[in-house]
Amino acid sequence: MSRGRALRGLVLGVVGLGLIAPIALGLGQSLQAAFGILPALDLRVWSLEPWRMLLAQPGFGSSLQLSLLTGLGSTLIALVLALGFCAAGSFGRGPGRLRWLAPFLAVPHAAMAVGLAFVLAPSGWIARGLALAFGWNRPPDIASVHDAWGLALMLGLVVKELPFLLLVIASGLAQLPVARQIAAGRALGYGPGVAWIKLILPQLWPLIRLPVWVVLAYGLSVVDMAIILGPSNPPSLAVAVVRLFSQPDLAMILPASAGAMLQAALVVVCIAALWGAEAALRLLGRWWVPRGGRGMSWAPGLRLASGAVWALMALASLALVSLLLWSLAWRWSFPLIWPESWSAAAWASPSATWGAALYNTVILAAASTAVSLALAVLWLEAEADLPRAPWAEALIYLPLLMPQIGFLYGLNVWFLRAGLSGGYLAVIWAQALLVFPYVMITLSEPWRSVDPRLLRVAAALGAGRWRRLLGLRLPILLRPILTAAAIGVAVSVAQYLPTLFMGAGRIATLTTEAVTLASGADRRVVGVYASLQAALPFAAYAAAALLPMWWHRNRRDLRGGGV
Amino acid sequence: MRFPLFAALSLLLATPAMADWSQTLAEAKGQTVYFNAWGGDARTNAFIAWVSTQTEAQFGVKVEQVKLTDTAEAVTRVVAEKAAGQDQGGSVDMIWINGPNFLAMKEQGLLHGPFVASLPNAQYLDLGPASAATVDFTVPVDGMESPWRLAKFVFSYDSAKVSETPETMAGFVDWAAAHKGRMTHPDPSNFIGATFLKQTLIELAPDPAALQQPVTDAAFAAATAPLWAWYDALRPNLWQAGASFPASAEVQDQMLNDGEVDISMSFDPASTAAAIKAGSLPDTARVFVPKAGSIGNISFVAIPYNAAHQAGAEVVANFLLDPATQAHMQNIEVLGSFAVLDAGKLDAAAQAEFAALPTAPALPALADLGPVLLEPHASWMTRLVAEWAQRYTK
Repeated sequence: MSRGRALRGLVLGVVGLGLIAPIALGLGQSLQAAFGILPALDLRVWSLEPWRMLLAQPGFGSSLQLSLLTGLGSTLIALVLALGFCAAGSFGRGPGRLRWLAPFLAVPHAAMAVGLAFVLAPSGWIARGLALAFGWNRPPDIASVHDAWGLALMLGLVVKELPFLLLVIASGLAQLPVARQIAAGRALGYGPGVAWIKLILPQLWPLIRLPVWVVLAYGLSVVDMAIILGPSNPPSLAVAVVRLFSQPDLAMILPASAGAMLQAALVVVCIAALWGAEAALRLLGRWWVPRGGRGMSWAPGLRLASGAVWALMALASLALVSLLLWSLAWRWSFPLIWPESWSAAAWASPSATWGAALYNTVILAAASTAVSLALAVLWLEAEADLPRAPWAEALIYLPLLMPQIGFLYGLNVWFLRAGLSGGYLAVIWAQALLVFPYVMITLSEPWRSVDPRLLRVAAALGAGRWRRLLGLRLPILLRPILTAAAIGVAVSVAQYLPTLFMGAGRIATLTTEAVTLASGADRRVVGVYASLQAALPFAAYAAAALLPMWWHRNRRDLRGGGV
Repeated sequence: MRFPLFAALSLLLATPAMADWSQTLAEAKGQTVYFNAWGGDARTNAFIAWVSTQTEAQFGVKVEQVKLTDTAEAVTRVVAEKAAGQDQGGSVDMIWINGPNFLAMKEQGLLHGPFVASLPNAQYLDLGPASAATVDFTVPVDGMESPWRLAKFVFSYDSAKVSETPETMAGFVDWAAAHKGRMTHPDPSNFIGATFLKQTLIELAPDPAALQQPVTDAAFAAATAPLWAWYDALRPNLWQAGASFPASAEVQDQMLNDGEVDISMSFDPASTAAAIKAGSLPDTARVFVPKAGSIGNISFVAIPYNAAHQAGAEVVANFLLDPATQAHMQNIEVLGSFAVLDAGKLDAAAQAEFAALPTAPALPALADLGPVLLEPHASWMTRLVAEWAQRYTK
């Protein structure tokens, strides 16, 4: 027992010092700057001036409104569509059937955004189709991307978050006796969709609440996708803050830090609002459920939701295909649907240094995923004896709920003081901050749902703690562990700001190169990087799906489930 | 503040004791110089990669480009390092820099130098007090940054679609009215977008000389009144009615290629010819400049005060000024950027090398580019961009 306690303490210590402390320190540094303290510029007096400067930024109000609209809007739309899709398909669709989601889940936000921008643009694929039909010879002068309302950005976020929410819901459903309860509901005369909503959803919500918060926090503070799809004059708050951080006038670091703090506060307030809405809906449900409506009229709405999901995924497929086509095109001008000439120059030209970027990306992904996975296994193993306090659990997710821009600048200052910045170690560390929580989200439920009787039998047969872990639990959990690793790789590959800040820009990855090049003209070169960026996590997912199938080829019950 | 002429001359004439330079060379051997340079242009990136192969072969100095999306990232990094008390062994060895970023670093004491006069190849530069190589946005360089390429503001268009281009900046109003939605400019928070406004400011300002002084409230109001009247007439006829702007000139080039607009702009006269060669603009794309000339400036490299490889950075800065390097750079098949050297100071062989460079239909001759207009003082750009945002960002 005391050995268990020592392990618990050790793991909590590693997570606390390694993951939480850096964020707290970084936040502290930014918070000081937000109130006028920046020793590097010889500013040592508390003041509210940074906040005044922030509020005086042109278009500040619009930026804030835009962030709220796109962040909340995209989260709610994605959530409603995902729930509708699952409710409509509630008869016999196991989570394994969602394997087709993997490519959409794997592709980083930036790559998806570049692809969508081409599909949606006034001179893009959709417009080219219309041009063919209506005989246009010039692209229409409309704002179908970068629109002032942020609709294109919202669409991009929905397309990207939908697969994640579907996956999360599917893994939540795997823990509930869905088929039995739906059958009971149907026997009482409820429509299949509404039976799902009334019986399953209230049990499902606690299992997906945290991931929904993560999606919300991400949507409110997204930078790369907002640059590529969002409006620019003014941009959303997160982009405005990044722009302030990169002003030549160094004093602007102060209002930028204030903006970073505001961004963090925005996330906290929105999550609180979601919590409030949850409480209100709970009250509403107490009135709605006993009324006993059988909800046969719900079917069309649910079918509409699934239709929308299929349409959005079709759009996402177009976006991904367009990336690959562009990387192989030479000339492809409006209004041609298909490239007029082809070339492998973008892949082969000497300035294409994607080899080095690919190498760096693989090293970083492997290292940060391995560290996170090891830590997650130890964390979960340490709680086997008695569950952790909720606060310890909540701590893990702090990096996902906290906007990156809020702590990265300050964190970099601390890393520099420790002489760590600019190397692989610093980047792996910073990436692990964000990879670890996702690995935990993916792994903890399967881990906890391993039948405890198996372990008890093993213990009764004399297997010690480590033997039970290595010989029994880990092999049983091979599939979820590999899935968690694949998600870890995808998260690591997608990281832009942490890699840039902590690597002092010296460690070029596919993502940093793709975002840098997206500010340049050549869509074909961007196509190369974005294709690779999408391919790498996809390969990880494919391995995670195929490896257990081979490993457990003669263990039927270990082959099902998971993604 | 102006770098005294006699000091410059004495430094030049005293030829930086060859002993000093060979010491720099010895110190630089084996170093890797982290060159922080905007990475949005594939040709520039390829040129820097070529520089690395050359300096490694000749001096044992490798160049690693740190590709920036915005030069201010490198400035911020140096500030963060200073904040952390890292006054030595900094991660930024060399920055492609000019204008407000240079002014900010110079004012904060974040630069190493003066070092320019001690570079052997500085002998090919015109370092006179009014020369473009010694003044950056009217701010005296004081030897704290070394020139490497010439920039001149030009417009590009597709000659297959557009028959007439505006001859003056004022003429853009009529042109845009006749071609509604077919013209835009990069967001002024981007360097080229700001340059578009500055180019007009120089043409329309009642007293252009005032632009060479640091900006004051009164001077700003007087100088910019005609600019805003012009812009208010232009904006409704811009792409998407002037409500949205491309993030950068490169994005606008892409829009020109896609046919979303008819005009784009660049700070590199050779970029259009190079883009045609690379297949990213139609063969019929061409370049034009307003009759009265356009803004020109020089791009510099600077070395942060805490750079880990200062000797290596000086060797690279010197290599960039080598006549052979500059001729290679001016080659349209390589980069096409005009050289910064004073032609009068080159020997016959070097001059012949420049004369023999290949040409391309879309590449303007230096003579076609009209007079060079001087950049306003850096403070004008900051103020202009802020005022534009005040007026047009709601």
